[in-house]
Amino acid sequence: MTMTITITINRCTTMLDDFLIRAALAAVGTALAASVLGCFVVWRRMAYFGDATAHAAILGVAIALALNISIFAGVAAVSLVVALLIHRLSDRAQGTDTILGVLAHGALATGLVAVTLIPGARINLEAYLFGDVLTVTRTDLAVIWVGAAVVLTVLWFHWSALLTATLNPDLATASGIDPRRENLILTLLLAGVVAVAIKVVGALLITALLVIPAAGARRLASSPEGMALRAAVLGVMAALGGLVLSMRLDTPAGPSIVVTAVVLFACTTIGGKLQAIGGSSP
Amino acid sequence: MPGVSGQRMNLITARGIGVTRKGTAILQNVGIEIAAGEIVTIVGPNGSGKSTLLRVLIGALNPDRGTVTRRPGLRLGYVPQKLAIDATLPLTARRFLDLPHRVPDAEAAQALDTAGVPDIAKRQMVDLSGGQFQRVLLARAILSRPQLLILDEATQGLDQPGAARFYRQIEAVRRDLNCAVLMVSHELHVVMSASDRVICLNGHICCEGTPEVVSAAPAYRELFGRGTGGALALYRHDHDHGHDDNHHHDDDHHDHNQPVHDHA
Repeated sequence: MTMTITITINRCTTMLDDFLIRAALAAVGTALAASVLGCFVVWRRMAYFGDATAHAAILGVAIALALNISIFAGVAAVSLVVALLIHRLSDRAQGTDTILGVLAHGALATGLVAVTLIPGARINLEAYLFGDVLTVTRTDLAVIWVGAAVVLTVLWFHWSALLTATLNPDLATASGIDPRRENLILTLLLAGVVAVAIKVVGALLITALLVIPAAGARRLASSPEGMALRAAVLGVMAALGGLVLSMRLDTPAGPSIVVTAVVLFACTTIGGKLQAIGGSSP
Repeated sequence: MPGVSGQRMNLITARGIGVTRKGTAILQNVGIEIAAGEIVTIVGPNGSGKSTLLRVLIGALNPDRGTVTRRPGLRLGYVPQKLAIDATLPLTARRFLDLPHRVPDAEAAQALDTAGVPDIAKRQMVDLSGGQFQRVLLARAILSRPQLLILDEATQGLDQPGAARFYRQIEAVRRDLNCAVLMVSHELHVVMSASDRVICLNGHICCEGTPEVVSAAPAYRELFGRGTGGALALYRHDHDHGHDDNHHHDDDHHDHNQPVHDHA
């Protein structure tokens, strides 16, 4: 195995042998997809929705282990089912908060119980709760980048329709856009990002990666596109900065990425406030 | 023949519309037709199903009973009752006009001008006043060159002179675009001045006809009570102004289209 790899002259391939490079690429790919999609999560106030979808991922891990299938597939499938369920329920009822609370914690707890019940599977649960980016394999990396690319491509082509539906569903309908379809697309993308992000930041911190870069970009932007772009930059900075932090201080990578994102958020928010004060004075 | 019938065909025809929510009938057997170029106003008290009917007409809500027929390829301009833009969404008035399709700068500027807000393209939507915001919504609605412009309580949150100015703006837009206008309102006097037809709605259609007919109808008077006496007087006054150009009234200044005052 090591032989074949060392023989390859392809620098790229050799580069990917380095677990640090793989970790960095995985974190950057995840951050890109999550921070751009995160703008919609913020604009539509779907943070709790994101939480519920992400927490359900643990149940996905349990199912994947039980069926001996890919973790990504299990997580994506369960997140999708939960997301669709919430999507349906929130359509008709007003008490969405409560439903989300029940589903989010229900799926998380069921997942935690189910994982321990699986015979023979001795897994490090922490890796799925908080991520384990330093152990990503090349296959993981491929899944993460393909997933991120799909998410970003769909967002690119649906940007205007999603934005219109976000402003007002009836306005979208009158313009010939089906707001329910756009909501469904967002739901699917959310499930995709959860699957992509579980290895990197883990089920408990995925929402942070969605919401914090977008929130940090708010004060820096004057257009939706500008906010998405800045969120992506902040997301990538958090991913790389968090990895460095994790290396230096020997802290867990996922939480370190989120801590870096929070620090960046604090900087842009305070910076934006100062700028606003400076701008308003004559 | 199809050409002729296409010309004659209503923009929207709704028949026998019924909507029931949680066991309560919101709309019962409502029929409405909008022909090209006419101004139709739906009036009714709060909870009378006005907005529900509009949502059925634009296709946002499937009625439990009845049918809605839109002329194929019908271009709708829709001005919603309110648009809650989340404070986290940075959006200039100019960018808003680009939703869902990008428009050339010249057209956008023209639309803002027609709607009466030429200088606010670069302002953030969340920073606009109520009147400016409604006018930007109007500008966006007319960009699609609608055959039918639909306004849902578009003057909510505007004071009375502001609302009157807004409706004069709509009359101007209608003249420019030669489109039909369907409005919903509970502000009878200002709205009715411009309408070809008024539909009085309270879950079902109480009465319908020219403003004169409706304002004299017992069903209308019953629905809106005694307070309409004063409003009606104001309506007649506005109505006269709209249709003749005699400037010998003692209050001509109401007639000028240019809103020179700031909204209070």
